[in-house]
Amino acid sequence: MLANTFLHEFQHGVHPPEHKDYTAALPTQRMPFMGQYILPLNQNLGAPPQPVVSVGDRVLRGQPIAEPKAFFSSTLHSPVTGWIRAIGKRRLAEGDFQEAIEIEADPYATQRLDPQPRPDWRKMSRDELANEVKRAGIVGLGGAALPAHVKYVLREGVKIKTIIANGAECEPYLTNDHRIMLERPQAVLQGLEILQTLLEAEQCLIGVELNKADAIAELQRHIKPDQSIKVVPLRVKYPQGDSKMLIKSLLGIEVPKGVRSADLGIIMNNVGTLAAIADWFEQGLPYIDRRITVSGPGVKQPANLLVPLGTPVREVLRLCGGLREDTKEVIVGGPMMGIPIASLDAPIIKISAGVLAFTDKEAARPQEYPCIRCGRCVEACPYFLNPSKLARLAKARLFEEMKNAGVGECVECGSCTYACPSGIPIVQLIRSARADISRKKGKSS
Amino acid sequence: MTQKDPKLRVLPSPLLKQPNTSARVMRDVIYALLPATVAGVWLFGVGALLVLLGAIAGTIWGEYVFSPVAERKIRLGDSSALLTGLLLGLSLPPTLPIWMAVLGGLVAIGLGKIIWGGLGHNFFNPALVGRAFLLATFPAAMTNWNAPAGLATIYQSNLAWPFLQGNYDMITSATPLGLMKFQHHSTAFSNLIFGNTGGCLGETSALLLLLGGGYLLIRRAIDWRIPAGIFLSVIVFSGILWLINTKYPDPIFALSSGSLMLGAIYMATDPVTSPLTPRGAWIFASGIGFLIVLIRVFGGFPEGVMYAILLMNAVTPLLDRITQPRMFGTPKTNPLQPGKKS
Ligand code: SF4
Ligand code: SF4
Repeated sequence: MLANTFLHEFQHGVHPPEHKDYTAALPTQRMPFMGQYILPLNQNLGAPPQPVVSVGDRVLRGQPIAEPKAFFSSTLHSPVTGWIRAIGKRRLAEGDFQEAIEIEADPYATQRLDPQPRPDWRKMSRDELANEVKRAGIVGLGGAALPAHVKYVLREGVKIKTIIANGAECEPYLTNDHRIMLERPQAVLQGLEILQTLLEAEQCLIGVELNKADAIAELQRHIKPDQSIKVVPLRVKYPQGDSKMLIKSLLGIEVPKGVRSADLGIIMNNVGTLAAIADWFEQGLPYIDRRITVSGPGVKQPANLLVPLGTPVREVLRLCGGLREDTKEVIVGGPMMGIPIASLDAPIIKISAGVLAFTDKEAARPQEYPCIRCGRCVEACPYFLNPSKLARLAKARLFEEMKNAGVGECVECGSCTYACPSGIPIVQLIRSARADISRKKGKSS
Repeated sequence: MTQKDPKLRVLPSPLLKQPNTSARVMRDVIYALLPATVAGVWLFGVGALLVLLGAIAGTIWGEYVFSPVAERKIRLGDSSALLTGLLLGLSLPPTLPIWMAVLGGLVAIGLGKIIWGGLGHNFFNPALVGRAFLLATFPAAMTNWNAPAGLATIYQSNLAWPFLQGNYDMITSATPLGLMKFQHHSTAFSNLIFGNTGGCLGETSALLLLLGGGYLLIRRAIDWRIPAGIFLSVIVFSGILWLINTKYPDPIFALSSGSLMLGAIYMATDPVTSPLTPRGAWIFASGIGFLIVLIRVFGGFPEGVMYAILLMNAVTPLLDRITQPRMFGTPKTNPLQPGKKS
């Protein structure tokens, strides 16, 4: 069976050191509530929800504070009981200022959130399912932040065959998905069952990299005999968790360029997203707590934490014993695709999977040599692009040619930069070229 | 609390990097060549060492003189000039006048690399450009072979004055390939393997060169497809000829003689001048193997490795273009007519 699963495995990719042992064995701790929470409105792809509270209002933990006005949007809830202190621009992880709601926690509130009685989800229609997920504030937690319900609104005539739970967690250092599969396997399976029932899917697959053998066993143990859910072990390889690569590895299907996997009858969700769906449909708990991994050589006491949304990175690090003196860089997310932050005031948002701190030893800027045309980037790119060419074109600002060379397919996984012996920041060049292209578009239209 | 924050740098991800750097790759190739180099000096003597040092001095001098001042340190730091000099030196006859070796090194860097725009932009292998220049300019000195004469040897011709001395003391001990070509006389396999034959100073011992190749494969410093493809195609093509008529060299001889090992493992694998794509590498390698056999058997020279590699260097841009990988999720297209489905 193993040989069979590897048969379709996506080609190319890289093998960065995993470094998961810092936190893989640490149970998730709930972070205590503290003073100030910053909740950016724009935590999902598409339109940000609009505030439905004003400064001075008292809010309860789990109460909606911003409601979606468009289809591509998602509700935002207060993570704590307390008062709205401000609504205005705040600096986010990316370094820019964006609209955010600031909430001060009530130090005397219990901050308990009791399960609410819920209507029976088995009786819901697909539209209700999508609506509920939108109300729960659930977005794709694997990194894209696409509002989760968008995927469940199917095109006419499409029949869902497979629902995939993405438990690959291929980014080094991160173990939060690992912990959720280990600690809450029933919630993950429950989320799958809800989707499978309401979307009438034939089968469910959970893809998990082999370095999480205990999670694989735990999930398998909890699958009920009447459930058509299969756990599929995957080889450890980056970017195994990329949605198109995971579909390739699990089903052997290459999703054609420009096609949504849902139109092929495949729906993929991160394991954390599935658990969040189960929490909402079973207990009425909206998405207000984020599971993160705090790790990296710069962190004194690495940990897996469950933190309320909006917690500043500074507080998270303080709970973990602070930063080592020689810390040079703090990243929100994984080391391959995460975002470096300039200020520790940046808050944890819905898609923040981790806070990683690096010293110079692990994250030094490499000396850049000319491209020696060694082809390692070509053999790393899972999308079969020619990264060396893209980098060359980006340096020359030949954006039209970059489009012809397929820059639109690049998922910015960073495999090319990882592999390049000449230290050329290939994906960084691609990213800034893309930013330039979209800025130009914005101007001309 | 704020003032206690460390100063954070915002270097965009990915933060992780595989440990191989271009400079390390170059250095690995140099290390891999050391056994063959030592053997060359041991067999052919101090004269050979002088030729080697001359070639290296030429390339480093060239890199230093031709590089913009600001980039000198980086350019010399990547060790590529040193490697070019070493490769050039190893492919020269041990009797060569030293000034010619220095000149060859200068030409290798100047014509082989700098005029193209520096490392990474050249089409032809710089060491081979240097060697081709020397062969074209000084054909007699470049084919003045000597049987291994022992460590203490300095050849009189080594010390010739630039442009003054026209006559060389021709020692003419023919190379195994020369013997094969002109007298149809084969050399014992053991001599070929251990390098106890006439020839260029670093190419005679097939065994040591293979050993270094193994090291490079372990270090993932070279693309294994290129030597593998060259060996395979040499075996196939020379095998076909040999089966037709046994007066042609047999595949084993073809593999272990001349500069085949040096060329296949260390020169054709130069990443800059070989194709970027795996499929391109296979075509490139089989082309080299085919041309080597063709030139050796039917050409005017006994040896064809240098021309074979240079010729395939020239088609590398074309190979790169027609072997572009098929983008994920797109239909197969005919590489020669992009846009059309095959
Ligand atoms: S070009 Fe894009 S998709 Fe390909 S390896 Fe680089 S970042 Fe990943
Ligand atoms: S990996 Fe780096 S040096 Fe090698 S071909 Fe790609 S860009 Fe050039």
